[in-house]
Parts: sequence; C-alpha cells; structure tokens
Amino acid sequence: MRGPPLLSLHHITKRFPGVLALDAVSLQVNVGEVVALCGENGAGKSTLMKIVGGIFPPDAGVIQIAGATVRIPNAHTALRLGVAFIHQELNVLDNLDVAANVFFGREPRNPLGLVRNRQLYAAAAPLLQRLGVRFCGRTRVSELSLAERQMVEIARALSLEAKLIIMDEPTASLTLAETNRLLALARELQQQGVSVIYISHRLSEVERVADRVVVLRDGRNAGELVGTSRGHDAIVNLMVGRKIRNAYQPPSHERAANFFQVRNARSRRFPEQTVDFSAGRGEILGFAGLVGAGRSEIMKAIVGLDEQGTAELRLAGQDIEVHCPADALRHGVCLVPEDRRAEGLVVDLSVRENLTLPSLQRYATGGIIHRSRERTAVAAQIQSLHIRTPDAETPVGDLSGGNQQKVVLGKWLAQSPRVLILDEPTRGIDVGAKAEIYRLMRQLAGQGTVVLMVSSDMEELLNLSDRIVVMHEGRITGSLNRAECTEANVMRLAVGRTPTSSCVT
Amino acid sequence: MRKELGITILLLALCVVTTALNPKFLSPTNLVNTANLIGLYGVFSLGAGLVIISGGVDLSVGSLCALTGVLLTLGVSEWHWSWPVAVGGGLLLAALLGAAHGWLVTRARLPPFIVTLCGLLIYRGAARYLAGDRTTGFSGAGEIEELRRIAAGRLFRLTVPSESGAVREWFPGLPAPFVILLILTVGLWFVLHRSVYGRYLFAVGRNEQAARFSGVNTRLVIASAYVIAGALTGLAGILIAFYTNSVVPSNHGNFYELYGIAAAVLGGCSLRGGEGSVPGIVIGTALLLVLQNLVNLLGIDSSLNFAVMGAVVLAGGLLDQWIQRRKLRRASARSPE
Repeated sequence: MRGPPLLSLHHITKRFPGVLALDAVSLQVNVGEVVALCGENGAGKSTLMKIVGGIFPPDAGVIQIAGATVRIPNAHTALRLGVAFIHQELNVLDNLDVAANVFFGREPRNPLGLVRNRQLYAAAAPLLQRLGVRFCGRTRVSELSLAERQMVEIARALSLEAKLIIMDEPTASLTLAETNRLLALARELQQQGVSVIYISHRLSEVERVADRVVVLRDGRNAGELVGTSRGHDAIVNLMVGRKIRNAYQPPSHERAANFFQVRNARSRRFPEQTVDFSAGRGEILGFAGLVGAGRSEIMKAIVGLDEQGTAELRLAGQDIEVHCPADALRHGVCLVPEDRRAEGLVVDLSVRENLTLPSLQRYATGGIIHRSRERTAVAAQIQSLHIRTPDAETPVGDLSGGNQQKVVLGKWLAQSPRVLILDEPTRGIDVGAKAEIYRLMRQLAGQGTVVLMVSSDMEELLNLSDRIVVMHEGRITGSLNRAECTEANVMRLAVGRTPTSSCVT
Repeated sequence: MRKELGITILLLALCVVTTALNPKFLSPTNLVNTANLIGLYGVFSLGAGLVIISGGVDLSVGSLCALTGVLLTLGVSEWHWSWPVAVGGGLLLAALLGAAHGWLVTRARLPPFIVTLCGLLIYRGAARYLAGDRTTGFSGAGEIEELRRIAAGRLFRLTVPSESGAVREWFPGLPAPFVILLILTVGLWFVLHRSVYGRYLFAVGRNEQAARFSGVNTRLVIASAYVIAGALTGLAGILIAFYTNSVVPSNHGNFYELYGIAAAVLGGCSLRGGEGSVPGIVIGTALLLVLQNLVNLLGIDSSLNFAVMGAVVLAGGLLDQWIQRRKLRRASARSPE
C-alpha cells in the first residue's frame, strides 16, 4: 500500500560505561504516522532518540531512512536527512525575533552579506500560518510562552522540510490549553505527511495522539500497541514486568511513627499543589514518580532552598522553622542534592575541604580552623566511607562518580543527621559504589535517622524503602506499605492512575 | 602554592636583571621608595584580590581612594577635625560603601561589574564636588604630625654618628606603609587560609550553589568581602594622601583598580573566583612595582609604563595557560584512556 517506512531502526545497541543502555532495539515509523515512545525512566527512550538525532552513534545496528541505510554522525546530518529533534530544553534564542530563530544560520543574504530582512519575514509567514499560531515573524521570542517557543522550534523544523519530528517530553511544562494545542498540531502535521515520534510520560496524551505505541523496557523492545488496544493499563503492563531481585531487608526493630512530619509543602514548580507526609524514626521512605513529578522540588522546599516554596515541619514532636539550609542543618535536616557537580560539591576544592564544608565550625575555635583536628576527622571519614582517593588533598572533581557521591554523603554524615534526604543517591555510579551507599543508608536508618530517598531507579526503590510515596504532577497520588510495594502499583500511581484493588492509599 | 613560587622566582629574576642593568636598583633610596610603593598599592590590592576570590570584581578602588583622601584632607585642614576622627570617618565611610556594594551584589542581584563601575563614577564625582574640584592638602591642619609618622614614617631606621659629625645611615628603615602591608598580610593570611570564613569564601567564590546547599550563608560571606575591600581601600586612600601630600580630586587614584586587579591576577587569583592567595597578591603587587621601577631606572620613556605592565600581565596569563594545558596533556598521557 505504501513504500518503505520513513525511518526504520534495526537492532540498535548502545553501551555506556557500566550499563547497556540499548540492547538490539528496533523501531519503525511510517510516512505520516505518529508513534509514541513509552517507558520508565532510564528505559532507553532518550538514548534511542539521540542516536536518531545524531547526538551520538550506536555501537551496533542499522539506521534506514526511506529504505536507504544511513549513518548519522552529527545533528547536522540528521537535519539534512529530514529528522528534526525538539529537545526538552528548548534551543531558541530569546533575544532574537521569531523569524530570525526559524532561519538562524540560513538567513537569506544580499551580496554584501547582510540579511535580507524582507525576504526573511516573507519566508517565515507561511510556516507560522501552517502552524496556526497567533504571533508573527517579528515577535520577540522573549515575549512568547513556553508552548509558543516550542512552536518556533517546530516552525524551524518545517522550514528545513523535516519529514520526521521527534518531540521529547514536549508537554512537560505546558498548561492544559497549550498541551491541547500541541496535540492538535501533531495530528495536523501528520495529515500534512510529516511523521512524529512523541515521547511522553503522560499516557492520556499518548492515547489521544499516537497511532501506535512502542514501549521500551530496560533498553529492549517490550512490545507495541495499535488501535484500541493502546489503553493505559496495557501500556503500564508493558512498561513494568521486569524481574526485580528482591533484596529488601525489613527493619530490625519497631519504629516510632510520625517522627518527622511535613505539612503543606509547596514548591515553585507546582505552586497550586501542597504535599503532606510523615516518616517514622529510622524509616527509609522512598519517593517514586516520573521525571518532573516535583519530588526534588519538594525536598528543596523542605530544607529552605526554594525561596518561593514553603513547608511546615515537625520533628520529634516540635515545630521547626526552616528558612535556609543553615536552619535545616541546625535541626539536623540534610539534603544530598541530585546534581553532584553543581550542587553537592565544589569540584575544584579538595576532598578534605568538601567533606568538612558543612561542619567546619566544629573543627574551629574562634573562627580559626584546627588543621590537625580537621585532617584526623577527614582521614577517619575517608576510611569509614571507603572513599577511593589518592589522598585527602586531591580535588574532588578528579574522583569517580561513586566516590564523589560518597564525599557528598560524608559531608552530611559528620553532622549526625536526624533527617537525611537523598535525591537520586546513586545516579550515574557503578554497582560497587551503589552497594556501599545502600549499606550506609541502612546503617543510618538503623541508628534512627529518617531517610527520605527520591529515586527514579525502581529496583532501588523497591529494595530499600520501608514505604513508598508516589508523586504525579506535583501531588502525592498514593503511599504504599511494604506489602503493596510492587512495580505495577508504583507505576500506576506514577502515571496518575489509582492502583489495583490490593493497593490502599 | 606552586603559582606563588613561580611568581616569586619571576620577581627575583626581575630584580637581578634590573640590578645588572642598573646597580642603582639596590641603592637604599630606591629600595625604600619601592618598598613604600609596594606598601601603598599592596593594601588596596589585597582588597581587590579578596573580592576576586569571592567571584566578583571591584572597579571602584581608585575613586574610593580619592574620596577618602579628600575627606581626610578637608577634615583635618578645613573642618578642623582631630586626626583620629578624620581617619575613623574615612575608614567607616569606605567600609559602609563596601557594604553597599555587597548589598547590591547579593540582595539586589546586580552584577559586581556594574555595581562597582557605578561606584567608580559616583565616588569620583563626589570627591571632586566635595573639594570644589580644587587640590586639597594638609596645610592649615592642626596636630597631625603623629598621624604623618604613622602613615608615612620609617621604622627601624639605624643611624650612627660618624667622625665628621654627620649622621651615617646603617639601615634606611622600613617605610610605614610597607610595615602596615606586612601586618595586614599576616592577618589576612590567617583569615583566608586558616579561618572558617576564608574556607567559605573560597567555596562560595567557586560554587555558590554548592556552598549554599552546605548551609553556608553565602550572601553574608560575599558581602563581607566587599566590606573588607572597602575598608582596605579607605586605608590605602589615607596612606596615599600622605604619600602625595595633596589630593587632586580629578585624578587621585586613577587606574588603581586596574593595578589591584592586575596584581591579584598576576598573583594567582582567577576571575572565575575561588582561587588565589594572600602571599600571591602581595608578590603580584611587588612584581608590578618592580617592573615600573625598572622602566624608570632603564630610562625607558615613562609613557610606556602601562604598556609594559599590560604586556607582562598578558605574558603571565599566556604562560599560565600553557603550563595548565601541558599539565593536562601529561595527566591524560599517563592514564591509559
């Protein structure tokens, strides 16, 4: 009925240090088809699309466009082949106007090398008309909303005569009306013969927009759904269902409940949503949710890092006031942030200087540091945390990811925290270091510390958490007891659905 | 530490070369004069360096020198203040203006470049207006001999009467500004390299966010760097007023901010923040002034003064980059990947 598929990927494999990100994944997109790509965090969706977009090459496998085998060594080649990638982080220059952005780098020029403005705006007009937007080529991008900026990117893709547009989480920061507009646009593009690959965690959108849903799991093809079969539950069932080695260790003794209570926590990201939860002494409370569910933001609000955020905290039966991280620290509430290099460490400073940064006062009298006392404490920590470093004076940026993370943890352990919040504690680190960090977390919980763990790693959540709180779009959609902690239940709550009957909130 | 060693060697080499070309370099008069200048410039360079370590930059140094100079001279000679009041007032004003810079940078979130550029313009205007754009001096001042001794005297001068009855100088002594610089160097060395505050300053200068996550009051740390810099600049302004003995408000202290930045950068401070040392800044200052001295002694046209300085700072920057890159390449050659 038609020619070869527009894009077909055969057995694409990609290996990163320590992980097999893609294992012989295949994907086909026909002309004028909207294909949704679904999967949990880390299932390989973004990696696969980056290969198609020319960000990095596959280790093995074949890419065919319109039946011809191609190599895509860089983003420029991808564009030439008609593949346009609309990134999660927008690549528009907001100090220029719309037309300048659409034709950036390909401006019509006169013989003097100056831009032919009239021609530029004339060329932009039909593209914008095709998208049905309200702004014109002369509008400054800084005046546009996020959704409109996305339209500018799409206009750029159309101006390049893209045949395939990849949208990576395009609606993550859009309002409902903007989302509807974008979904309608995806359908319109499809009718004009443009194919779309749509990556989203929002299954209701996927259901509405996609002709076909391709699900990845752990870097492999998990299955495909077409027509009426592509319902929510069917997609979730394909996304989960991985074998998880159960290594959960139940706590050794009873825990005092409600030791740490959080009420009306609100973050800048979701100002209209509030969050309440509580955790017991020595409990490891996991926070599950898809990327962008607002978990990190709530944690930052709790320790006073979000100036527009608020949270009412009660620790050991007393209300505590936290307006900045120093306040939180005084009460023994510590956050190990998600972004090690930007937030957790001063990478050019030494292991010693990083380890003692939050606790420096205790090694000092009258503001002057006792260097021998500091060195002794640091040496002890390096040993007890098994930090592998040539010596304490090595810049922390020279260590491996896992050892860097141990330094970040060590910064807070010296404070004997009462509440330790870990945001993605093992992201990007190897298996050995992971195990050591898990051991530390269990040890802390055993000593009575409340451990809150935000994680996108399902195995980690299921194996460590005594309870799991699941968030979706800035609110808590459920809290699972140990007995209810299954991957399927977590995933259902994470996509905003109610869990199966066995699961009580 | 290696950086400081490098420029110390450079400084010594420069001294040897200058002596070889013109032995007058080692004459007591020249040495005392150079030491005096190092003292004067070193005091404000320390402040400029501190701000650079905090991740900012201070362009208001020269104008602030002029403003405190004008305040001091007018205070003692026209308004008949006693000298402690005039000195205290000048230092307080400078510290307060530093605090204003700090507030604008940390609370109003203006870029340090803009804040201190406005300072440069405003204080110059204020100094000229205050003095009626006329040269001010110490004539008509009351009892200021004690202050003059503190600010411009010499310490540890050793003389012996010779047979002819004239006084022979055994040791020319140390100029007061140089001694003041030495004291400040030791004090600030402790603050920067041994105190909690100093550690915070380096952390904040390099990664403010990580420091904030660690519970450091980053705004206070940054703002205080500007306060210290303001006070040091005010002090330099007072010392320099005694050195020049009169203050021409339209050009007193012109370009001193650039001397300060150049000294700090030569001394190992990085404009990215979080890098540098107190000894480095002082040696950087000495290097700049010995260089100027060399230009004078060798009879090079003094109009080339700035050109020579610029060339040396540029060469220093290039050399540093080259060494860094070589080190990186060696490191990557060593590891298998």
